[in-house]
Amino acid sequence: MTSSDPAGVEMTGVEKRFGTTRALHDVSLSLSAGQCLGLVGRNGAGKSTIVSILSGLLEPDAGQVRFGGAPAPRVGDIARWREWIATVFQHSMIVPDLSVAENVFLGGTSPLVSWRELRARTRDIMREWGFDIAAEALCRDLSVEQRQIVEIARALARGARCVLLDEPTAALERDAVRRLFERVRQLTAGGVAVLYISHHLEEVFDICQNVAVLRDGEMVLTAQASELTRDDLVAAMVGSAQVKAAASPAQREPRIRQRRSRGTVPDNAVLLAVENLTSDSVQGRLSGVSLTVRAGEVVGITGLLSAGVATIGRTIAGAEPRTGGEVRLRGSLVPSGRRDAAQHAGIGYIPEDRRAEGFVAHLGVAENITMTITDRLAGRLGLFRPASRSAAAAPLTAKLSLVASGPGQPVAELSGGNQQKVTVARTLAHDPALIVAITPTRGVDVASKALLLDSLAGVAASGAGVLLCSDELSDLVICDRVIVLVRGEVFAEFTEPPFDRDKLIVATEGMSNGKAQEAAE
Amino acid sequence: MTSDSTAVAAGGTSLSSWLRGARLSLLLREVALLPVLVVLLVVGAVVSPAFLTVSNFAGIGQQSSALGVVVVGESLILMIGGMDLSLESTYGLAPMVAAWLIVPVSAFGDGTDLSPYLGIVILLAVGAAVGLVNGLLIVKGRLNGFIVTLGMTIVLAGLQNGIVKAQSLFNLPRPFGYLGSASFGQVPVALVVAVIIFVLTGLFLRYHRTGRAIYAVGGNPVAARAAGIKVERIKIGVYVAGSILAAIGGLMEAGRVSAVTGQQGYGEGIIFSVFAAAVIGGVSLKGGRGNMIGAASGVILLGLVQNILDLANVSNYWIEAIDGAVILFALFLARIVGGESTAEE
Repeated sequence: MTSSDPAGVEMTGVEKRFGTTRALHDVSLSLSAGQCLGLVGRNGAGKSTIVSILSGLLEPDAGQVRFGGAPAPRVGDIARWREWIATVFQHSMIVPDLSVAENVFLGGTSPLVSWRELRARTRDIMREWGFDIAAEALCRDLSVEQRQIVEIARALARGARCVLLDEPTAALERDAVRRLFERVRQLTAGGVAVLYISHHLEEVFDICQNVAVLRDGEMVLTAQASELTRDDLVAAMVGSAQVKAAASPAQREPRIRQRRSRGTVPDNAVLLAVENLTSDSVQGRLSGVSLTVRAGEVVGITGLLSAGVATIGRTIAGAEPRTGGEVRLRGSLVPSGRRDAAQHAGIGYIPEDRRAEGFVAHLGVAENITMTITDRLAGRLGLFRPASRSAAAAPLTAKLSLVASGPGQPVAELSGGNQQKVTVARTLAHDPALIVAITPTRGVDVASKALLLDSLAGVAASGAGVLLCSDELSDLVICDRVIVLVRGEVFAEFTEPPFDRDKLIVATEGMSNGKAQEAAE
Repeated sequence: MTSDSTAVAAGGTSLSSWLRGARLSLLLREVALLPVLVVLLVVGAVVSPAFLTVSNFAGIGQQSSALGVVVVGESLILMIGGMDLSLESTYGLAPMVAAWLIVPVSAFGDGTDLSPYLGIVILLAVGAAVGLVNGLLIVKGRLNGFIVTLGMTIVLAGLQNGIVKAQSLFNLPRPFGYLGSASFGQVPVALVVAVIIFVLTGLFLRYHRTGRAIYAVGGNPVAARAAGIKVERIKIGVYVAGSILAAIGGLMEAGRVSAVTGQQGYGEGIIFSVFAAAVIGGVSLKGGRGNMIGAASGVILLGLVQNILDLANVSNYWIEAIDGAVILFALFLARIVGGESTAEE
C-alpha cells in the first residue's frame, strides 16, 4: 500500500506517548485518492490520537506525516494544513448562531467579507456535491445530519482532497446513516481520499475499500475489506481472544463475586418495569427501550458511548426527562425528569460524571454522604446535629474503606477513587430499592473497583435491584443479565453468566452474525 | 491512599478526635475578620475619645442594623449561587407601600388609613411578592439573575416614587416606627432584632436540613439535584426570604429616620454596601460558601469604618473615596487571613 499518489496522505512510523502511556507505536497508514480507508479499534486503541495527528493538532514524537510526497506543514499551522486534509470531528464544530455560508468559510475568508460571494460559493459547493442545504439558513435550525453536511462542505471548500470522518454516524439515525454513505461514495468517486473511523464494523464493510485495525496503539492489520470476514476483524480488534481475556482486569480480581446464573432471581417480583422509553438526549437517544429488573437482580446495560447507555440510566433515575414511555417502580409510575421524586420512590443514582454530579466539592465527606438522608436525620422542625451526620456516615466509610482525614474533610481533597466512594456511599445511605449506576468504576484503581462492584453486588444480594449502565465490559461480571444497546434500541440480551467478552464486543458493534447469534434474542 | 488503618479509624474508635479537628479549622475560618476589627477598634480609640463609649456603639448598632438585615438576605441569595440587586429597592418600596396605606391623605397617604400592624403585614407581603417574582423569573424562567434583578430594581424604585408622586411620608404611627426608633435602655431594639435574625439564620444554616441544602445547592446544584434535593424550590424560597428580610430592613430604616423617602434604598445606593459587607465577610459570589459570623463581621466592619471617618471629621468631599478604599483593603485583608475559603476561583 505504499502510495506515490500526489494527492495522497501518508503517515509513517509514527510514535506518540502521553506521559508513561504509549498511545501509538510505529503506526503507518496511507490514504489515496478515491479510496475510503476504514480505521477500527476498541476505545483507547489510539484512533483519536491518529485523528489529532492527521489534523495537525498534535505533533508525533517520531515518524512523519507526508502530503503528496512532501513533508506536512508544521503542527499548528492549521490554515495550511486544512488545504490538504479536513476533519469532521465526532463533536460538532459548527457555530450554531452563524449561517451555513459563514460556517462553511469559517476562519477562511479574507478580512473583508463579501456576503454575496460567500453565499454564491457555498451554493456552488452544495450543488457540485448534491447537498441540499440553503446557504442562508442558520445552523442552529439544522438537524444533526445537516450540520454534518455543513462540516463536510467546509472541508471541501478549503480544497482539501482528503477528509477524515471521526465516528460520523454516532449521532445519526438509520436513514441518515444510509444517506451519509451515499455522500461518502460520491466523495470517493470524485477523487477524494476518505479516512472513515467507526465503531460499527458493518459500516466499514459497507463503504470502505481498505481496513486498518488498531489495537493498543499498534496497527495490527491492514487489508482490503473484500479479503476480510467480520470474524477476522473482531479477532484483530480484541487480540488473540483467550490470552486477552485471561489478562483482563476482571479475571484478576477474585474479590468480585461472580453472580450465580439463573438461581432464585427470576422468581422474584418485578421491581422496575420500563416500557417503550424514548429520549432525544444529545448524549445518545433512546428509541423505545423496554426492560425489567427484578428484586435481587443485577442487570447490565452496555453498548457504545453513543448507544444511549448513560441516557437510559439518567432517564430512569429522573436526572433527565424522557420524551415518551413509562418507568414504573413496584408498579407505581415514576415522574419524568424529577430526581427528587425518583429518589423518594426508591431509586438511587450513581451518576456518570462524579465531578459534576457526584458530590459538592467543598463540603465535608460526612455531609456529602448524608445529603440523601437529611430528612431521616432531622428531627421535628428539620433540625439535626452535625455529629449525627458523622455517625450516619461512619458505617459506610468503613464499609467502602473510604480514606479521609475526618468527616469534615472536603471531598475536593480526596483522591478520585475515594471521591467515587463518596458518591456510592451517598447512594447506599438512603437504602434504595433500585440503584442505577452509570460507569461506577471509571477512573478508579483496580482494588477500589473490586470493592465498589462488590458493594453493588452486595446490595443486590440483600434484595435490592441494580441497573448497571457501563461501557466497561469488566464491570459486567456482577450482572445476572446483560442488555446490549445499539443506537438507542435493545439489540441483544445475554442471560447466562459468565458472559463471553468477545460476544459482547461483537454485539455492541451491532453485529448479530456468527457466534453472537446464539446469545442474541 | 495506602493505609487501611486510617479508614478504620475514620469509621471507628477515634471518631471524637476526628470531629474536634474538623471544628477547629472551621472556627478559624469563621473569625477571619477578627484581627481587622481589633485594628479598627484601636484606630477608633486613637482618633477620638468619643469612640469607645456606650452611646457611640449604640449609635453604630442603630445605624448598621437595617443594613445588617439586608446583608443576611443577600448572603442567603449569594449562597445559593444567585444574586439580587433589587433588595435595595424592596428596602425602599415595601415600607413606602405600607406607610402609604397607613398615613392619612393629608400626609400624602392614599386614604385607606390602615392599622399600622396590618401595614407591617403588607410590608412583609410586598417583600415576599417581589422575591417570588424574582425567583420564578430566574429559576423557572431561566433568566439571568443579574439582569432580572437589575430590571426589577428600577421598576420597584419607580413604583416607590410613583405611588406618592415623589413625596416623603412623615408622621408614621408609633407601632410602625417602633422597630427602628425604640430602645431598651441604651440598646436599640433594631440592634436586638438584627442580632436575633443573624443568630437564628446562622443556626438555621448550620443545623437545619434546608440550611444545609442551601450550601449544597450553591456549591454544586447538579450534585444537589442528583442527591434528591429540590433545588428549584430551595432557590425560589431563598429569593422570597431574602426579599422579606430586605423589607424588614426597610422598616427599621423608616423607623430610624421617622419617614419613608423616595430616596430610601435605591436612591441611596445601599446595594454596594450590602455586597461589600457580605463579600468582606467571606460569602462567595459564586455560591456555596459563607456564614453568618462572617457576614456579621462584614457589617460591623463597614459600620466601624463609617463611624471612625465621621468622628475623624474627614471632609465630606473625601469620605466616599476613603470609604471605598477601606472596603477594598478590607476585602484584600480578609482574603489573606481567610485563606482559600474566601478566594474566588
